[in-house]
Amino acid sequence: MSIAAKANALWEYANPRKFLATSERVLPFFWIVSITCIVVGLVWGFFFTPDDYKQGSTVKIIYLHVPAALMAINCWLMMLATSLVWLVRRHHVSALAARAAAPIGIVMTLIALLTGAIWGQPMWGTWWAWDPRLTSFLILFLFYLGYVALWEAIEDPDTAADLTSVLCLVGSVFAILSRYAVNFWNQGLHQGASVMRAGAVTGADTEEKVSNIFFYPLLICIIGFVLLFIALVLYRTGTEIRARRIKALLARERVGG
Amino acid sequence: MIALLLRDLKLAFRAGGGFGLGLAFFLIVTVMIPFAVGPQSSLLSTIAPGVLWLGALLACLLSLDRLLALDWEDGSLDLLATAPLPLESVVTIKALAHWLTTGLPLVLAAPFFGVLLNLPVPGFFWLVISLLIGTPAMSVIGTFGAALTVGLKRGGLLLSLLVLPLYVPTLIFGAEVARRGATGMEVQTPLLMLAGITAATIALLPFASATVLRINLR
Repeated sequence: MSIAAKANALWEYANPRKFLATSERVLPFFWIVSITCIVVGLVWGFFFTPDDYKQGSTVKIIYLHVPAALMAINCWLMMLATSLVWLVRRHHVSALAARAAAPIGIVMTLIALLTGAIWGQPMWGTWWAWDPRLTSFLILFLFYLGYVALWEAIEDPDTAADLTSVLCLVGSVFAILSRYAVNFWNQGLHQGASVMRAGAVTGADTEEKVSNIFFYPLLICIIGFVLLFIALVLYRTGTEIRARRIKALLARERVGG
Repeated sequence: MIALLLRDLKLAFRAGGGFGLGLAFFLIVTVMIPFAVGPQSSLLSTIAPGVLWLGALLACLLSLDRLLALDWEDGSLDLLATAPLPLESVVTIKALAHWLTTGLPLVLAAPFFGVLLNLPVPGFFWLVISLLIGTPAMSVIGTFGAALTVGLKRGGLLLSLLVLPLYVPTLIFGAEVARRGATGMEVQTPLLMLAGITAATIALLPFASATVLRINLR
């Protein structure tokens, strides 16, 4: 009973007015906590943890790299969920949230790729290697670009929401397929990985190997990035809702005048 | 269904239908490659399987924006949507017609272009097989992309941006089959994966294409 009531309460936020009111109330909390977490995590990580005995100070880039990479993938998952909600229940806020999240995902993917390259240059001796994980992130970046471009290209907002939602669903299947294809491709290309490639440390690997000294500031950074992402999505969705209202008001004015 | 297929084929073969353009594009890409990377035959034979696959893929991509756009412009797409034939069948037939007029000629021409790029002898067979299995997937995926962008005025470039990431798995496994075949390695795994992708896209993607087309025709 109470769970059903709570589930119903969640759908109330499909009402743009209710969504705006609540998101404005909670936004300051998300901004403050996320920025505090990121500042604390980065300062702790940069200045109060020792250098790695092999990697030196370059190890500290994981405080940006890992959270950004995590959010890049989770952002796509969130877009997938909101696209499904839009297709099934036709809540405009849901479609606008997916639209609002996509550019954030692009930036997160770029941060992950760039910090990875900056770390890779001294560590692997190259800015870029066609390692499976790097390659799949590049493909994810292309998917984001196509998704945003489709949103921008279509004028009618409902058609755009429908088409991008279907693209998001189909794209997700192909993104997963590409992930496994790329894994296969690289093994097929480089059997008996060279030393450099064996050191091509993946995000999951670093997490497993990271010692506690590095882990706590990293955890704080991850929490900070998650909250920052939520804050940005709420903020940008609010902007999208207002932009649409302005458009409706202008249209009404034109008709009236 | 057969009438629709024949109609599409006729439209493609007659003047202005653009039949052969893809093939000509494939030829030009193949001719340009040695100018770009140098004429050493050992280098060419190493990159030949991948380059031929990429050339076929781009040639396929080139013809996609005509796939539905012409029917959209003259309104016949609206008629097809209201016809008793389900829209899923319509898009499947469209994809089949695209494959017969673009994919199949590319498959048949590929061995001749392979000669130009000094493809190793065992590679010819596997190149043709991999293209034969892979090009239907390209047509079906391309139909989805064409259905997505059909209502847009300048959808051509956007279509490429949307479709190319979807081509990644097909390209990886297809080119892998051709490359392994050319070097005499075992090809079974990528071949099965390629066939699996083609079968799955043919079975499932027409539903997505039809959904998208209905949204665009709304």
